[in-house]
Amino acid sequence: MHIVVCVKQVPDTKIIKINPKTNTLDRRSAPAILNPYDAHAVQEAVKIRKLTGGTISVLSMGPPQATAVIKRSVEIGADRGYLISDRAFAGADTLATSYALSKALEKISKEMPIDMVICGKHAIDGDTGQVGPGIARRLDIPPVTNVIEVAEVNLKEKTVLIKRKQTNGHELIQSQLPCLLTVEKEINDIEYSPLPNMIKAARYEPVIWAVSDFENVDRTQLGLKGSPTIVGKMFSPPKPEGGKRLEGTADDQVKELISLLMDKRELLMPKSAN
Amino acid sequence: MNLDDYRGVWVFIEETDGVIEGVSLELLGAGRTLADKLEVPLAGVLMGDGIKPLASKVIAHGADEVYMIDHPVMKHYRTESFMKGVIMLAEKYKPEIFLYGATPNGKDLASAVATDLNTGLTADTTMLDIDMDNRLFEASRPAFGGNIMATILCKKHRPQMATVRPKVMKALEPDPSRTGRIIEEKIALSEEDMRTKVLKIVKDITNKANLAEAHVIVCGGKGMGDLQNFQMLYDLADAIGATVGGTRDVVEAGWLPHHLQIGQTGETVTPKIYFAIALSGAIQHVVGMKNSEIIIAINKDPNAPIFDVATYGIVGDALEIVPKLTEQFKQMRNQKGGEISYA
Ligand SMILES: Cc1cc2nc3c(=O)[nH]c(=O)nc-3n(C[C@H](O)[C@H](O)[C@H](O)COP(=O)(O)OP(=O)(O)OC[C@H]3O[C@@H](n4cnc5c(N)ncnc54)[C@H](O)[C@@H]3O)c2cc1C
Ligand SMILES: Cc1cc2nc3c(=O)[nH]c(=O)nc-3n(C[C@H](O)[C@H](O)[C@H](O)COP(=O)(O)OP(=O)(O)OC[C@H]3O[C@@H](n4cnc5c(N)ncnc54)[C@H](O)[C@@H]3O)c2cc1C
Repeated sequence: MHIVVCVKQVPDTKIIKINPKTNTLDRRSAPAILNPYDAHAVQEAVKIRKLTGGTISVLSMGPPQATAVIKRSVEIGADRGYLISDRAFAGADTLATSYALSKALEKISKEMPIDMVICGKHAIDGDTGQVGPGIARRLDIPPVTNVIEVAEVNLKEKTVLIKRKQTNGHELIQSQLPCLLTVEKEINDIEYSPLPNMIKAARYEPVIWAVSDFENVDRTQLGLKGSPTIVGKMFSPPKPEGGKRLEGTADDQVKELISLLMDKRELLMPKSAN
Repeated sequence: MNLDDYRGVWVFIEETDGVIEGVSLELLGAGRTLADKLEVPLAGVLMGDGIKPLASKVIAHGADEVYMIDHPVMKHYRTESFMKGVIMLAEKYKPEIFLYGATPNGKDLASAVATDLNTGLTADTTMLDIDMDNRLFEASRPAFGGNIMATILCKKHRPQMATVRPKVMKALEPDPSRTGRIIEEKIALSEEDMRTKVLKIVKDITNKANLAEAHVIVCGGKGMGDLQNFQMLYDLADAIGATVGGTRDVVEAGWLPHHLQIGQTGETVTPKIYFAIALSGAIQHVVGMKNSEIIIAINKDPNAPIFDVATYGIVGDALEIVPKLTEQFKQMRNQKGGEISYA
């Protein structure tokens, strides 16, 4: 079983600075981490490998510093890592991102055929959740999004049994392999990394590919050029207007509130009574 | 691609067990405004097994047209089958704008469709508008934790697509006298070609669903001080038949389980009455509750941002006010001898 996990480096902070000129993230302002959902994706791959055996590769697109998230993935248990890094990839929206990643996945599958791709449900910076399903379309494999459990992997039949989270509950889905999953955080707990993994990770050097390492990529589909969406403008969210302040002692305020609510008592009634 | 070939605003209609999802009706409301500005028809895209009776409902909620595919393979949502249907319709009829609910299925479908149509998709939008000078769709979404909004444009590709958060847009009052055109299309799909199967659908009727459906919510913040004080919110909730929720800080403190968190990374709620008690009103919290009909804020800091969204504000100590409020409600309930039942 060969599982490839897509891992993204994201800024880790609640206060991210934005460059007002370019309307882009000032990534230097925040420490970079492995996207939390992707850590769960790697952990899930480790869980599956315990059952089926096989190899876990991780793939990232980003600047050279993104090797850090590949090392972190090796700590969790990945066997190998690939980084695609090139100016030509920069400024990609989700369409161009899924194109670049799918090209790299095709290249990896020539070295070793891929049985499963796992992505995070979303990345905490761009926060679209669109890259995973996009990759699945480009590789023409079925996507299963919002996965909360991989219940069974049947290598003989080449099928997996998956729990997919829904708005009000979940679905049990059977999918053929190869397929692409995007995982929720609740799928597993990140385990402490065993010492041998830590040692391996410290020395690990991922394979790094530039655009020139790819044979058949259409450069017009990469990076900013290949991105149909652009950020038009950034603005502060409109401030809603506040209402009435109740005055007086605590007792006065409570009394006034009760009487205001009594005027709207129909609102207090549960829906079934409407 | 000739951009002028693309006309009309489309909304993907999500349906479960013969019922249209609320978000789809909200999108018909929002889509109506966009279509009127552009002076083009608004269409709903309806797919499933035995969904024909729903077409009139789509029209009553504002659509001029319904594009429909009724097929047994579409009984449950699956990316494979739904994607094929939507792509076929979009290629044939060429809408300029196409909206989907930002639900698990809506996001999944839109991402797949955008890839095949080779067009842009803006995620999780909360504001929609048209730049009339350029006839361009302006889809805005909260970015970086909600502190700022980003307007995303798709200038050279069509359709311009977006997923839209549930409970942000407003559905129109249904007008059963509205008429519209129903366009039914056939598609060749067979179960044998499907690589995924939905084996079982399990409905979860726990608290999480309750919060989204709750009529009255009592939401507490970190300002309650400790777990013990937090319990007084349950007394208030009991007295008025409300559901208790909390801010992220409260969840992180372990006072409440995660599924009761309200806000950007928790639940979005729209109750009739929302009590915001001893919480500051951070933007990430406010995006999840600001569409409540009446918001009552209790906070000891007169400058707390929650007062900016509150219908009624009480500046004071929650530990003093909440028990008084609970007492009053209880008394009234007794006085009326159960005539007014809040629960
Ligand atoms: C404020 C802002 C708003 C944006 N809005 C949009 C928008 O509406 N539409 C749009 O198309 N683009 C948008 N973008 C661009 C988008 O963030 C980038 O395309 C980004 O490269 C991928 O999208 P994401 O972060 O949303 O990933 P997601 O789709 O949320 O990521 C899901 C998973 O895909 C995998 N993945 C994603 N990126 C990589 C990577 N570089 N390397 C390896 N694996 C990866 C990971 O497994 C990840 O967990 C926006 C960017 C910003 C800064
Ligand atoms: C990406 C991101 C996502 C997030 N998602 C969410 C989310 O989904 N939901 C969410 O809630 N938060 C979310 N947050 C966190 C959010 O930014 C705030 O930190 C959080 O909402 C604050 O919680 P609070 O109001 O309970 O606490 P505080 O901000 O500490 O506010 C406590 C308030 O209580 C008042 N107070 C104190 N004592 C009393 C008293 N005795 N009587 C009356 N008032 C009193 C204080 O004046 C203060 O206003 C998110 C943050 C980020 C960066």
